[in-house]
Amino acid sequence: MSTPDIIDMLAGIKPGSALDAIRARRLQARENAQKSYLSLFEPIDAGDFSLLERAAVAAFVTGLHGESPVAAFYREKLAANADGARLVEAIAAEIARGETSGPYGSFPAGPLSVENAAGLIYRMSAEGKSVLGTRLAAALEHAHLLVFRPRDAASADMKALLAAGWSNTGIVTLSQLVAFLSFQARVVSGLRALAAVNA
Amino acid sequence: MSAAVNPPVAFTQDELGWVSWIEPLPEAELTERHFAGLVDRARAKSEYFRLLVRDPEVLEARTRTDKDIFYNVADGLPRAERELAAAATSRYNGCIYCASVHARFASTYSKRREDVQRLLDEGTGADLGGRWNAVVKASVALAATPIAFGPDNIEALRSAGLDDAEIVDVINGASFFNWANRLMLSLGEPSK
Repeated sequence: MSTPDIIDMLAGIKPGSALDAIRARRLQARENAQKSYLSLFEPIDAGDFSLLERAAVAAFVTGLHGESPVAAFYREKLAANADGARLVEAIAAEIARGETSGPYGSFPAGPLSVENAAGLIYRMSAEGKSVLGTRLAAALEHAHLLVFRPRDAASADMKALLAAGWSNTGIVTLSQLVAFLSFQARVVSGLRALAAVNA
Repeated sequence: MSAAVNPPVAFTQDELGWVSWIEPLPEAELTERHFAGLVDRARAKSEYFRLLVRDPEVLEARTRTDKDIFYNVADGLPRAERELAAAATSRYNGCIYCASVHARFASTYSKRREDVQRLLDEGTGADLGGRWNAVVKASVALAATPIAFGPDNIEALRSAGLDDAEIVDVINGASFFNWANRLMLSLGEPSK
């Protein structure tokens, strides 16, 4: 495979190290986490969700998790996109506006209502919308929902994406991308923490 | 859009249904590319998988990641504790559907159904004994945004008897459910 293993690269796992050996015992998980990355960022069909949009959403989602090698990687990926460099600053501004801590949100009315926790409902700035456009604005608002308050997600959020020009297939890939990055960022963070303790 | 369902309002180990908010692919339209994405052909009967198979390559890679993290028990963490990490993550993120499936699995493999039920009823602060508390706490720290997992979690897992390979299983299992929860919660809702 020509692309380096992204989790190993971002977690700083060197060939022959103890963590390399542990990861090698879950080869199918390791290879398919990588295939997930490749199918999201080097898809065979980007017709419903462009590569530029994928890079922009990824930079936003990983930036919302705080500064890290993962956030830097996707920011650089966006900057490297032919049309991406002009978006980097606008995405950084939206990350700053959207930063908070989660998960929060509401449960269905009933015994869990006592656990409801209010928090930021992120909406993109007018300046951001003028740079990023309607489709990306809707995607970033949805991504923020999934990052911080996934239990608030509702059918109305699907309607908002459809109204902004997202197809059913595009919505599935968008959800996969946000959800996958939530996984990847945590694996990298966890493995880095373990490597640091052992250093 | 699907019609009204009968959503559960509490965490449960009962079997739940799940209804999509957007259109799954009709079974009759599935091609060999889609069947490859489904991995198991029987999943063509599931509304959830016929929705996710709109992007077959991502679904296939995700499914194979999932299977190895949870089912490859040649070594590493016992299956019950991988399922505990999944259930705790789902409880913390608020995914009633995922929590129901993985709480059920955790009960099956651990034979500790009442402890699992207390995780669901009381939340991730429930006292489940030292080893399980360490797994739950690590899962919660990983699920927080910003991610709060650190040396204290690793120390607690080690004190509870986990070696590094088992700690990596906790990291993978809990992290994976931050993926799964966000798919189930964003694309549809559970039904009783």
